[in-house]
Amino acid sequence: MRTLALAWRYLWARPLGAALNVLLLSLGLASITFLLLVSAQLSRAFDRDLAGIDVVVGAKGSPMQLILSGVLHIDVPPGNIPLKAVRELEKNPLVRQIIPISLGDNFRAYRIVGTSPDYITHYQATFAQGGVWSAPMQAVLGATVARKLGLQLGHTFVGSHGLGGGGHSHGDNPYTVVGILAPSASVLDRLILTDSASVWKVHEDYTASTDDSAADRAVMEDEREITMALVRYTTPMAAVSFPRYVNTSTEMQAAAPALEITRLLHMLGLGTDVLRAFAGVLLLTAGLSVFIALWSAVRERRADLALLRMLGAAPRKVAALLLCEAVWLGLVASLLGLLLGQGFAAALGWFLRLDNSLLIGGMVWPVELWVVPTLALGVSVVSALLPTLAAYRVSVLELLQSR
Amino acid sequence: MIRTHQLAYSYPDASQGPHSRPITFPDVDVPQGTVLLLSGPSGCGKSTWLALVAALVAPSAGTLTVAGQAIGALKNVAADAWRARVIGFLPQKLHLSAALTVQQNLGLVYWAAGLPEDPARSHAALAALGVDELAQRLPNQLSGGQAQRVALARAVLLKPQVILADEPTASLDDDAAADAVALLLRTAREQGATLVIATHDARVAQLIPLQNDGQIGFQPLYLVRKQLSKAEQLEFGKAALGQAPAGHAAAAHAGSNAGPHAPASAPPGVSA
Repeated sequence: MRTLALAWRYLWARPLGAALNVLLLSLGLASITFLLLVSAQLSRAFDRDLAGIDVVVGAKGSPMQLILSGVLHIDVPPGNIPLKAVRELEKNPLVRQIIPISLGDNFRAYRIVGTSPDYITHYQATFAQGGVWSAPMQAVLGATVARKLGLQLGHTFVGSHGLGGGGHSHGDNPYTVVGILAPSASVLDRLILTDSASVWKVHEDYTASTDDSAADRAVMEDEREITMALVRYTTPMAAVSFPRYVNTSTEMQAAAPALEITRLLHMLGLGTDVLRAFAGVLLLTAGLSVFIALWSAVRERRADLALLRMLGAAPRKVAALLLCEAVWLGLVASLLGLLLGQGFAAALGWFLRLDNSLLIGGMVWPVELWVVPTLALGVSVVSALLPTLAAYRVSVLELLQSR
Repeated sequence: MIRTHQLAYSYPDASQGPHSRPITFPDVDVPQGTVLLLSGPSGCGKSTWLALVAALVAPSAGTLTVAGQAIGALKNVAADAWRARVIGFLPQKLHLSAALTVQQNLGLVYWAAGLPEDPARSHAALAALGVDELAQRLPNQLSGGQAQRVALARAVLLKPQVILADEPTASLDDDAAADAVALLLRTAREQGATLVIATHDARVAQLIPLQNDGQIGFQPLYLVRKQLSKAEQLEFGKAALGQAPAGHAAAAHAGSNAGPHAPASAPPGVSA
């Protein structure tokens, strides 16, 4: 019989106490797991989707809203900006590239994004089927969209007004699927991409009347807007002057994703700090509980432990037996805590329907999760130190003298 | 097998404990395969003597040799390994682990000794004591007698050369006590082990039969709490064996140099 096997049997000889300790420890670890998972998934999503975008130019309003709506596609945009103004920005020597983003419609809650092929190139996405659009009203589907909606090349669909489901249907302007992207683990997976001209066409046709003259159409075209522009600088030094220029000299605002996301994470951090403190209290409580359980075990089994010494077990072997019980507690609690934490994260994704945004959801095992078993073993082993010492020092003479 | 000479033990925390001065023990010489009856009132040092023989504590003075091994020379891990191999122990409160089945309780012996488990040997040990069918039961499913047999099987599993039985008849009625002593004697005889019975139960002396040559079947070792005069030692010995058959008492008086009958050079009992 190996020490670990023996420790396992001794541990579960008190099933209720062991189960309570495991549960208490698991809850604390599950909280930590949940925090790590949410934090890791958010960071990964932000890093992935914000990569390479130096600044976002859009309508004045909340800069964070601009980033969330235009880059991460999880909020509504503050408004539109004139296309002409964006064309002016393109001439700025500090600007290397501008990717237009036009929002406004959706198909079954998946956003239809009017943009340029550069948007696909920016995220280094590849085509699973078909290719990029060559004319307005042609659409390229993100991998998730195609999978969830069951659309294939050649299928047509009609967008609805608004960014959620249930808006007015643009029935007279159907889109045709000409390309489906391979999964890129980026925001593109859950978007429907089309040429900016498609968005203008849909909305100009929607607002135009049958008696509009060519001149009226020309005015419309002259007043075309986009929702925002994703800007890449020619030099990092542009970060100093370009946003200031946009914010002070135009009717638009420039928002730096890195700054806004840092601000967002800081705000989230206040919440996670509370949760982290709560998890810490849970772990401390669990540690005390493990200590009390093992201390009681030593007291209850003092004679049994002494008998093991009498049978020839060295003190360190008897002590190891108790330490192994603590290790088992830590391991079982780790496993349960990790699974519970994954469950909590999945439940959060489901309740908030964030899985569509790919920010949170799915079973992921970020490397940071090594903290969980380390914490579990740390708490259980530290809690077991005094009981283990007591087991080490157990006196056989006491056993012999106890009548 | 067990030989002591001017054996003494000092408690490490003597200033705090009941023994402010070293306990001294009478000399004994117990041959292989014989029985030593260790008796005396509570607090006289029986447990300490057992602990010394089991190499759980080291003598502070004198010599103690068990199965050819000088106990004072054994240190820590070596003492534990030696004990696992040489000593079988039957405690008063059997201490069968409630969390483990009978077979697993026997498995503790292998674990403690660092040996691979041998289920066949465990089964044979249980079978020899008539409790092999109880192997999968938990201790709380055993009667008192069954539990004692299991504990004895555990004590003799590795065929020890010395069996230490601590108060094996405590709390037993006359019939059960007779069975327990008979079982111990039979098991020790079958294994060729030296049997030490530590007891303050006067019935035990009566339950050990005379040898074929009519001599007493055990060697007595009396421990007392304080220094006694020679006359007091004699009285104590008589009292301790008061109910033993005459042959037993006579043999004890004549044949033992232990306890009250120890030579003056070997101080008997415990200094209080």
